[in-house]
Amino acid sequence: MNAPADFEFDQGTLRFTGELTLARIGDLSQRLSALGEAPARIDIGDVERIDTVGAWLVHRIARDHGARVTGADKDVAHLLEQLATADKPLKIRPDDSLPFLRVLREIGEATAAAGHSLLGLLGFFGATLIGLWGLVTHPRRFRFNAMARQFEVVGVKALAIIGLMSFLIGIVIAQQGAAQLRQFGAEVFAINLIGRITIRELGVLMTAIMVAGRSGSAFAAQLGSMKLAEEVDAMRIIGVSPMEALILPRVISTIVLMPLLGFYSAIVAIIGGGIFCWIDLDIPPVTFVQRLQEVVPLTDLWVGLIKAPVFGLIIAMSGCYQGMQVEGNAEEVGLRTTASVVQAIFLVIVIDAVFAVFFSSIGWI
Amino acid sequence: MVQLNSAECDIVIHVEGLRNSFGEQVVHDGLDIDVRRGEILGIVGGSGTGKSVLMRSIIGLQTPDAGTVEVFGEPMIGREEYEAKQVRKRWGVLFQGGALFSTLTVAENVQVPIREYYPQIDHVLLDEIAAYKVAMTGLAAEAGPKYPSELSGGMRKRAGLARALALDPQLLFLDEPTAGLDPIGAAAFDELIQALRRTLGLTVFLITHDLDTLYAICDRVAVLADRRVIAVGTIPELLALDHPWIQEYFNGPRGRVASETAKRERARGAGE
Repeated sequence: MNAPADFEFDQGTLRFTGELTLARIGDLSQRLSALGEAPARIDIGDVERIDTVGAWLVHRIARDHGARVTGADKDVAHLLEQLATADKPLKIRPDDSLPFLRVLREIGEATAAAGHSLLGLLGFFGATLIGLWGLVTHPRRFRFNAMARQFEVVGVKALAIIGLMSFLIGIVIAQQGAAQLRQFGAEVFAINLIGRITIRELGVLMTAIMVAGRSGSAFAAQLGSMKLAEEVDAMRIIGVSPMEALILPRVISTIVLMPLLGFYSAIVAIIGGGIFCWIDLDIPPVTFVQRLQEVVPLTDLWVGLIKAPVFGLIIAMSGCYQGMQVEGNAEEVGLRTTASVVQAIFLVIVIDAVFAVFFSSIGWI
Repeated sequence: MVQLNSAECDIVIHVEGLRNSFGEQVVHDGLDIDVRRGEILGIVGGSGTGKSVLMRSIIGLQTPDAGTVEVFGEPMIGREEYEAKQVRKRWGVLFQGGALFSTLTVAENVQVPIREYYPQIDHVLLDEIAAYKVAMTGLAAEAGPKYPSELSGGMRKRAGLARALALDPQLLFLDEPTAGLDPIGAAAFDELIQALRRTLGLTVFLITHDLDTLYAICDRVAVLADRRVIAVGTIPELLALDHPWIQEYFNGPRGRVASETAKRERARGAGE
C-alpha cells in the first residue's frame, strides 16, 4: 500500500505499479522518456491509485508509441478517454520577441505614453479652465459644500504632518548650516540661510511634495475607484457634471490652500531653526527675529507665494487627470495613483526651476 | 484494484455547532452540516445568510467563534500551518471572480499550486499538465498564454476552475460558479462540473443562487436561514417541508420555471 509510482518493462509490456498520483510520481516522467524500447502494451492492472497526472503519463506513452492500455476498469478508462480529448498543445506564455526589439518597443511605447500623458494633461487643463469659466458665469453652480470638505481634507488635516516635517527641516538646515559656517566663524549667517531658503524655496516645495503624496494621490485613487464603480457615468447620465462636482472643488481648494500651507510650513521651519539657534548658538529669539527682518527681502515671500498656487494647480490637475483616466480594472487605480504622484512632483520641480530662472532675471534675487 | 480517489471516510466535511459573528452581528449560531463523499451539495440561502462565510470557515480563511470543522476527518480549527497545508492540497477552491493571479498567464496560474507543493515535477510534464487541465475545463488553447485581464468573465471562471483542479483534489469548493454568466455559459458550466465530477470522482460544495444549477446538478441542497442550516435534502424532500422561505424559493415564479426545465431535460435524456 502507498508504494511510490514505478514501472517494469518486460518483453514489450510496460507494467505500472504503486500509486500513479501527483504526490507519488517522483521522477517517473523522466525515467519513462529515457525508456529505450517502444512498449506495445501498457498494463495498469497493478496500480493502486491513479489520478489525472498518472493517467496523463499512461496516455502520453500510449499516444507516442501506439501502445494498447490494459487493466483499466470503467472509471479509469473513462478518465483516459477524457484526457485523450483534452490532449491539445498549449502555449504557456505569450511569444517573446527579440530582446533588442523589445527594448526598442518599450522605449517607443514609454515615449508615446509620456507624450500622450502630457498632451492629455494639457487638454484637461483646458477643460478645467472651461469649467472654471462656467462657474464664473453661473456662480450658483458653485459647490460650496464639496469645496469646504476638500478644504478640510487637503488643508486642515495636513497641518500636523506638514508642521512636523517643516519643523524638523528647519532644525536640520540650521544645524547643517551652522556646522559649515562655524568654520568661518560666521554662525550667525545661519539665520540668513534659514530665513531665505525656507520662505523662498523649501517651504513651498516641501509642502508641494507632501500635498502631492497626500492629496494628489488621494484624488487619483478616489476618482479612479469612482470611475470603476461607474459613479462618474451615473453622474453624467443624471446630468451632474463631474467637472463641477468632483474636479473643480479639488482643483480650487488645492490652489487656494497651497499658498496657505506653504506659508505655514515656512513659518514653522523658521521656528524650528530659531529654536536650534537659541539652544545651540545662543541667539535669543528677539535677535533672531530682528535679524530675519533685516536679511530676508519681501520679494522672497512673493516668490514663495506666487509659486504656491501654480504648484497646487499642477498637483490637483495631475491627480484628477490620472484618476479620470482609470479604465478596466482595480490594478489600474494603483498604477494611475503612482503615476499622478510621480507626474505631479516631476512637474512641480520643473516649474520651480523655471520660476528660479525667471525671478532672478527680473532681479528678485 | 485501481481507484480514482480512495475513500477514507464517507463524510468529507463535518461541521458542528459553528458560530460566526462580526461585531454585534451573529451570522451563524449552532450551525451543523455534513457533506458526503462523492455528492454535489448545493448551499442556498437569502443574501446575508452567510453562505460565503460558511465556506470561508470550512477552508480556514475565517476563524469561527466556536464550533468544530472537520475535513477528511481532520479537525481544521487551530491547526499548525504545516498540518493545515497537508489537508489544503486535497481540496480546490473556485472563488467568485475566479481570483486568478493577474501577473501570471492562465497556464502559469494553473501551474502555481503544483509548483508550490511539488517543485520536483519536471517542466515538460508541468506544461503538459497545464495544457490538459486548461483543455478539460473547456477553454480554447488560445487562452493559455493570455493574462486574466484579457479574458471574459466566463473564461476567467473556467481558468479559476482549472487552477482549483490543479492538484487533483478530492473536494471542490465553488462559490457562485454561474453568477454573472449568460444562460448558455451557465448551462455549459453546470455540465462541465457534472462531467468533471464523474471523471475525477469529486465531492463538490457548491454555493449558488442559480435555481437551474440546483435542479441540474445538485444531489442534495442545504438551506441556510436563521443563522443555521434549516434543512438538507433532495429538492423533492425540501419541497415537502413547510418552511415559508423554502416554499417561496422553490415555488416562486423562477423556481417553478427551473423545475419544469429540469423535468423536460430529464424526459429528453430518458427519451434518447
